[in-house]
Amino acid sequence: MSAREQVLPHGRILRYQFHERVTHWVAGFSYLYLLVTGLGIYSPWLQWLLVALGGGQISRTLHPWIGLVFVAGVVYMYVLWASQMRITDSDRAWWNSLQYYIRNEDEKMPPAGRYNAGQKLLFWGFFVFGLLLFLSGLVLWLPEYIPWSLRFLRYTAIIVHVGSALITIGLFMLHVYMGVFAERGAFGSVIRGDVSQEFARRYHPGWYEEVVGSAPRRK
Amino acid sequence: MSQEALRIQKISAHAGSIPGEGMQREFQVCKLIDTTTCIGCKACEVACMEWNDLPFGQTVFDNTYQTMPETRWNYWNLILFNEHETEDGTLMWLMRKNQCMHCADPGCLDACPSDGAIVQYTNGIVDFQQEHCIGCGYCITGCPFNIPKFNPETKRVYKCTLCADRVGEGLEPACIKSCPTGCLHFGSKDDMTYLAETRAKQLRDHYNFSKAGVYDPPGVGGTGVIYVLHDASNPEAYGGLPENPHVPWTVRAWKGPIKWLGNVAMIGGLIGLFVHYLRFGPKSREPEDFEPLEPKEGRQP
Repeated sequence: MSAREQVLPHGRILRYQFHERVTHWVAGFSYLYLLVTGLGIYSPWLQWLLVALGGGQISRTLHPWIGLVFVAGVVYMYVLWASQMRITDSDRAWWNSLQYYIRNEDEKMPPAGRYNAGQKLLFWGFFVFGLLLFLSGLVLWLPEYIPWSLRFLRYTAIIVHVGSALITIGLFMLHVYMGVFAERGAFGSVIRGDVSQEFARRYHPGWYEEVVGSAPRRK
Repeated sequence: MSQEALRIQKISAHAGSIPGEGMQREFQVCKLIDTTTCIGCKACEVACMEWNDLPFGQTVFDNTYQTMPETRWNYWNLILFNEHETEDGTLMWLMRKNQCMHCADPGCLDACPSDGAIVQYTNGIVDFQQEHCIGCGYCITGCPFNIPKFNPETKRVYKCTLCADRVGEGLEPACIKSCPTGCLHFGSKDDMTYLAETRAKQLRDHYNFSKAGVYDPPGVGGTGVIYVLHDASNPEAYGGLPENPHVPWTVRAWKGPIKWLGNVAMIGGLIGLFVHYLRFGPKSREPEDFEPLEPKEGRQP
């Protein structure tokens, strides 16, 4: 899709195409299910979550299948976005100025492209720990097929799965907070696909220049 | 308060206190297996199948006495045979009746994430409550003895109950009842330990088994099933009896420090994000808050 086609009427810019938004929500909703059932299995205090979702047996049966959906989403996101997620020198500069970002002093931030360093960290975090969850999850899915001589696989999987899950939960909380609460306009962009030109120039100036800088001026 | 609940001292994945913990005085029950007088007749296997009404499955013939390599979801008691060559070149045919060890500190119960799916009674018996089992198989990972077995049809896990139903009525387990040589004994842990030590001393003093001893591994807090072995320094020779069994540290870490760190991090994270919003608020009140740009427009729809 060319930069020209991304510039929409009424001062809007297309940020996420339809297939990108669908992929995001396939991964998003499957992650939510995995999170809720996973927490129910993780903590005795949260077992009511399993009951609310049909009982422990149902949750145990569906969790791995929904996990496959989530992993498919993560892998397709890799196909879509990996090339845009390469860490560059400007990302390191952005990362070093994180304190300003946290204090909402965005005008002091080095310019970011389509994705800032925080978003790239989220992407790679979900990719790496998503794959670890997948591999350890395969072992936990069918433990009775792991022979006794390979039992270290089960011992490893049990701790890799919970550790990776906790790390993705941290990333997930930051992601939801940023997307829904902190950065107005971001949530709409992954639902309807577009953001205002002001949003783009403020948070992703490099991307704004790329898209709008080359677009023909009308008016 | 039912008497049933008072008889429970440990419950898997249970939020809150355990009704029977420290409430009643009860003997720790114990099964003693003297491998030196076992003749491998398999009467205990048959008695176990009969008492527990287990369906019989196909056996595997591998040119030895071994009818199947390990216990199954419907076969809780299996004698393991091993033709063992000793240091002086003589042959010993070792036989060990294998079943749940009923650990004082059970790894299956520790690993289980489902409330009440595994309980330990105050007499020390570790019992699976299949109606609460979610079929995750974590108990299989937690057990250092390879005992819990998954039934793919019911998607639940099964193992020896030490005939908790019989013991509750004052009877001995079915396997004990059937043993023709008297190599199986059942009683309190103290009595069985005394009997086992006496037998081991007899083997050392009068039968030339200088390494004879009792197997009651401390790594799992001691077990509710103890063995007398001709050679206590080499339990592996008895069908792979682990020398120093312990619950995998990853299971302990998951249920212990990692869980608490995770809880603190998740709750702390939520509080941190909320406080951040209170302190700094949203980055903008888009779109009103932006300096309006002169819109640059693309093709009109």
